[in-house]
Amino acid sequence: MTVFLEVAELTKQWAHTVTVGPVSLGIGRGEIVALLGPSGSGKTTILRLLAGFETPDAGRIAVEGEDVTAAPPAGRRFGMVFQHYALFPHLDVGENVAFGLGGRGKGEGGPVASKVAEALALVDLVGFERRPVQELSGGQQQRVALARALAPEPRVLLLDEPLSNLDPTLRERTRRELRALIQRVGITTLFVTHEQEEAFDLGDRVAVLNAGKLEQLATPDELYERPATLFVATFVGRANVLRGPAARALGGRDGEVVVVRPERLRFTDAGFPGIVRERRYTGPAAFYVVEGDDGARFEVQAEPGAARVGERVYVQAARMIGFAEPAS
Amino acid sequence: MSVTPRQRRALGELALTLLLAWLVVYPIAILTLGAADREAIHTFVTHPGEWGALWASIWISVASVVLAGGIGIPLAFLFEWLDFPGRRTLGTLIALPAVLPPFVGVIAFLFLYGESGFVARAVQAVFGLEQSPWRLQGAGAILLVHAYSMYVYFYLFTRAGLAKLDWSMLEAAQALGAGRWATLRRVTLPLIRPSLAGATLLVFMTALGSFSAPYVFGGGFRVMTTQIVASKLNGELALATVETVVLALVAIIGLALLRRGEGDDVLVALGKGTAPRRRPIRRAGVRGLATAAGWLFAVLLLLPHLTLGLVSLVPYGTWTTETLPPVVSLVNYQRLFAEPARLEPLLNSAWMAAASTLAALALALAAGELLRRRSPGAWRHPIESLLALPWALPGTVFAIALAATFSVHSPLTLRWVLVGSVALLPLAYVVRNLPITGRAVLAGFRQLDPALEEAAASLGAGRWAAFRRVTLPLLTPALAAGGSLAFIAALGDFVTSIVLYTYDNRPISIEIMSSLRVSELGIAAAFGVILMVASALVLGVGARR
Repeated sequence: MTVFLEVAELTKQWAHTVTVGPVSLGIGRGEIVALLGPSGSGKTTILRLLAGFETPDAGRIAVEGEDVTAAPPAGRRFGMVFQHYALFPHLDVGENVAFGLGGRGKGEGGPVASKVAEALALVDLVGFERRPVQELSGGQQQRVALARALAPEPRVLLLDEPLSNLDPTLRERTRRELRALIQRVGITTLFVTHEQEEAFDLGDRVAVLNAGKLEQLATPDELYERPATLFVATFVGRANVLRGPAARALGGRDGEVVVVRPERLRFTDAGFPGIVRERRYTGPAAFYVVEGDDGARFEVQAEPGAARVGERVYVQAARMIGFAEPAS
Repeated sequence: MSVTPRQRRALGELALTLLLAWLVVYPIAILTLGAADREAIHTFVTHPGEWGALWASIWISVASVVLAGGIGIPLAFLFEWLDFPGRRTLGTLIALPAVLPPFVGVIAFLFLYGESGFVARAVQAVFGLEQSPWRLQGAGAILLVHAYSMYVYFYLFTRAGLAKLDWSMLEAAQALGAGRWATLRRVTLPLIRPSLAGATLLVFMTALGSFSAPYVFGGGFRVMTTQIVASKLNGELALATVETVVLALVAIIGLALLRRGEGDDVLVALGKGTAPRRRPIRRAGVRGLATAAGWLFAVLLLLPHLTLGLVSLVPYGTWTTETLPPVVSLVNYQRLFAEPARLEPLLNSAWMAAASTLAALALALAAGELLRRRSPGAWRHPIESLLALPWALPGTVFAIALAATFSVHSPLTLRWVLVGSVALLPLAYVVRNLPITGRAVLAGFRQLDPALEEAAASLGAGRWAAFRRVTLPLLTPALAAGGSLAFIAALGDFVTSIVLYTYDNRPISIEIMSSLRVSELGIAAAFGVILMVASALVLGVGARR
């Protein structure tokens, strides 16, 4: 993979205590990368540094080998879709989309008008040019924001929490449509999200951030199966974190912290002993909270009829991930 | 060496701070230095008339607050809580005194209630009196005008406070056993206290700076503003300076004392409430009485406007002892536009008001653009304080300060002789307009979503293009609101003009004054009507945006 967008040692200090970076990322042409992390992890700051709304204290941003670190936002040719869309309320849909095209968009049949029509067709809003933006639904506003960002044919598309403002029932469908659209356009895309499902569904690769640092940049499968750090293991997906006798019994080495996914644990005739304390039924499966004999509590995903509350069980791990105890 | 955007911003802030300081603080500093004149201070301290004027200024201001509150607060409760026929129309009419520029309101009162006004003539005719039954003069006359023009502040502020009130809080008080009066005293009044305090502050400051009413009706009764202008006209400049500094001190002390009473707006902290339900007045007799009283009051409020209109139709020399003018025609208006010497004040006021409004808007826009990226919790920037400062001082203070500053040629200390030039009066209007445009424009900037500007930037718009294509169109309502208020304030100004005008830029208010002096009442009234109509039109345009 040749690197299209390169971020090298990017650093931004906020207060004395809060620092983002140094962060390095290499993103290929046409790739979709999610920036995933809890609030305060610096994902939005990185997006704003990329867009040029913040200036980094150190580091470098380059597109196609061109250094844009010091370029103002207007000179970067990066498209951005804002969390609340930031549609211009004094302009109609067509004028919003035409904003970045260096024209007013009013002239019928001109090059600007045809580009606006093209961009609106891309997001399935043919004929919406003269609608006031206030009259659109949330989903339509999002698509106008997308059309507006894409119309000037930017080199990179940046999306800030693209789905957070939508009705939960709309999100899954919009997510698929968004991915299909980005792939059709073939644009290199970075988006910020705090939801793992969104990151996995939409991103080719996911960058997990914690406390301003990049923990891991990898495909969703790799993140889930081979997390690089204890944070990634626990932030991505459900995870039991075990120490001491329980960790050793499930295959961990001495002094290691062991992370096991609930679906990788199973009840057997012999293994780590414990008592079922709770059962949560979800339909296809059930989650059992087991209290081990050493007092550790962990979650097992199994068949709905696998055990009863109060029953004594033995647990084995099909697969576990061991980490050295982090220095605290 | 290249300049980073941050350095450019810092330079811009510094430049604007210095420019505003030169306009707003520097003249006051020069004034204060000028007041350090032993002889003048001695005159001020030993002269009983000076202490009398100071005392008069203070008690007139306090009495104005009491009277305006006494009229405005009950009216606000009446219109906000009770329902009766004609409530909506009356509620709008009742704010009418606001469109009367202070000086125009004063001459309207003169024509209406003055010793040869309509009311006096009517009383004279009814009782067959030889002479006018009264003279409209002294403290009582001043208070009458103040009460008429300033109750509007209490009325509007109290209504706004009551509209924000959460009705369930009052119901809670009643459920806890509080009667109607206890609820009012223990819940309602404490909750609308910030509104009442705001109105008190506004009326006190306005009354303290009031010049037109004491000037026209004061007679021998002097307040500080008229005392200052009298000293200046007598050529006692040092004494006028001392008096001005004393008035400024009173204003600042008053502001500080009243600000302490304002407190925090607790209603905001408690979030939104349910709007109160207006209670219809059930008993037919009471309803009829309330309605009649309401309309009678509205007519009373409209009388000055009507009087002005009628007097403007009276040709010169046709009305002597009759109760009502025997001849009415449009001849005064024809003369106004036909005679160049009469047209000139209209044009002067128009260009000076327009230029000073544009300048004050431009300064406010520059301030807003420079301060927009500041985080909301940051300390108050000097630019904000400088924009607000002229509001804290009476117009007379700034007029005298500017006259003192720009009567000396000393380019090294940034002073030029502007006294006697046409530039000084519009400059004073700019200073007086800064708080009005500053407040409106900064509030407009605060409501802008910063993401909109970033969106423009990410779409390739540079700083200037983003400002022109996004910020400016979105600020239009704020600019229209601030601009229209500033424009009518400058158009109708009298207090600054009388100190700083020259023959070449004499504004409408000064021309009204000279017409009155030569008894051309019709011409004076016609000018007043034009001011009144222009103010109403501009305000209407500003409010519609």
